[in-house]
Amino acid sequence: MPDRITKKDYDIVVIGGGPAGLAAALKAREKGLETLVVETRDRLGGIPLQCIHPGFGIHYFKEDMTGPEFVYRFIDKLLSTDIDYTVKSYVNIAKYVSPMEKKLEIITPYGTEIVRTKTIIYAAGARERTRYEIGITGPNPAGIMTAGEAQTLMDMYGVMPGKRILIVGSGDVGLIMARRFVLEGAEVVGVVEILPYPSGLIRNVQQCLKDYGIPLLLSHMVISVKKRNGRVSSAVVVKVGENFKPIQGTETEIECDTIVIAAGLKPRTKLLESLGAQIDPRTKGPVVNEYFETTIPGVFVAGNALIINDYVDYAVEQGELAALAATKYVDEKGIRIKKPVKIILGRNMRLIVPQILTLTSDALFYGRVARPEDNVWLSFKEIGFKIPQLKVLPSIMIRQKIRLDKLKSIGTNALTVEVMPRD
Amino acid sequence: MTKQVKKIICIVCPRGCEITVELEDGKIKSIKGYSCSLGKQYAEKEVVNPERILMSTVKCVGGDLPVVSVKTAKPIPLSRMIEASKALADIVVEAPVKIGDKIVENLLGLGIDVIATRPCHKQKEE
Repeated sequence: MPDRITKKDYDIVVIGGGPAGLAAALKAREKGLETLVVETRDRLGGIPLQCIHPGFGIHYFKEDMTGPEFVYRFIDKLLSTDIDYTVKSYVNIAKYVSPMEKKLEIITPYGTEIVRTKTIIYAAGARERTRYEIGITGPNPAGIMTAGEAQTLMDMYGVMPGKRILIVGSGDVGLIMARRFVLEGAEVVGVVEILPYPSGLIRNVQQCLKDYGIPLLLSHMVISVKKRNGRVSSAVVVKVGENFKPIQGTETEIECDTIVIAAGLKPRTKLLESLGAQIDPRTKGPVVNEYFETTIPGVFVAGNALIINDYVDYAVEQGELAALAATKYVDEKGIRIKKPVKIILGRNMRLIVPQILTLTSDALFYGRVARPEDNVWLSFKEIGFKIPQLKVLPSIMIRQKIRLDKLKSIGTNALTVEVMPRD
Repeated sequence: MTKQVKKIICIVCPRGCEITVELEDGKIKSIKGYSCSLGKQYAEKEVVNPERILMSTVKCVGGDLPVVSVKTAKPIPLSRMIEASKALADIVVEAPVKIGDKIVENLLGLGIDVIATRPCHKQKEE
């Protein structure tokens, strides 16, 4: 468990020491690969370290755990192996030299290290969308922060971000923080959501808002923020009609000293883009095949850097799959693609990974619908494969495995995934 | 005879099943809409006495972080969550703390302990 870079050459470098990265590193080491994990924070674990609420691990460990308990299972396991890892470190430059060689410049507390690797698993997670991305422009007084920043402040460092808090956006982190604020003695004056339905999980609407009587203002948006003495003093909220246009005369001013933005996450892609990987405008993450390999050979992605996941269990699953794929890549010196099949988004599908199939392995699809719908088929058109769904919601990720023999029955080079009404 | 139908959103896992519980004179007549045994158990409890796990942080001195995260080892009544959270506000522990360490015994006389969920290592001299 050397907590530094000890070699010049690795089979695999995992970028990101959160759940996806840790799971990937453990699986890769289990398969015999020389493995390095690079983490930017001062410790391994990633975002679950600050997710102190329960609800983790039901699927993976069949136990209800908090975020830190969940991720420490992986950290403790990793520390018991000979996997190299380096914290307070980041990959400054990544260069694709050849299919079996990528060169990384890694900035560490003990100097700049140049490392060669056959494969990369990029598991650097996501970043939160900011106030500017949801149209809250204007001055920047103290008291405006993202939900994750508020969570880091409170649950890593024990600092209360405010006393009267308005939450903008109903993403899960915002809902979870609403409950935390109330439990720690702050008042949550409301959760404002522009959509007519909450964007977080239903269970979080129940246990974080309804349990504590926190108002959820659907079809509402913040149009301006007012300040006093350099700190937020109120927000002007308005009801929206069709096409999210503010309805005149519905403006209300809500007094608050803190505005928490919970507007969802966006995969981190900067390093992948610098390598030339193709980005999907729907997922905002990279285009991948069923090995979670990007358009750059030997560069794999897992976790929220791939697609924004509902469950940490999925991030772990993707990490393990990517590690198995990287093992195959190292063993077979690359993943051959003869005639790739393109995945087409059909009716009511908003996004999906993988976007490409090589038809050499089973495929695990993760996707989201565009709008809520009841009693439908999830259909993979050209192979005549469909699964009934009682309810589909944009906030609930679809996860569907399809076996290779089924996939191989496709006669074309495009596979349409669509949601169809069921009579 | 009084009939009652309660709709519950299950919070056991992120799936969020909508469970319908039919009650007759306060007794459970039928439970529909759950997809696992944990969900059924949850619904049975939820209609009578809703309970939740409380999560919080307590101050930790001499550690690599100023707070350590904690939870109740078992769910506590939902109606006592705020009171329980307040009771944790003045607790101070000393590093090192391991996951599972007992932080408070018998919280509010509920017979339930509060345990650490994140380690707090002793601050290293750098």
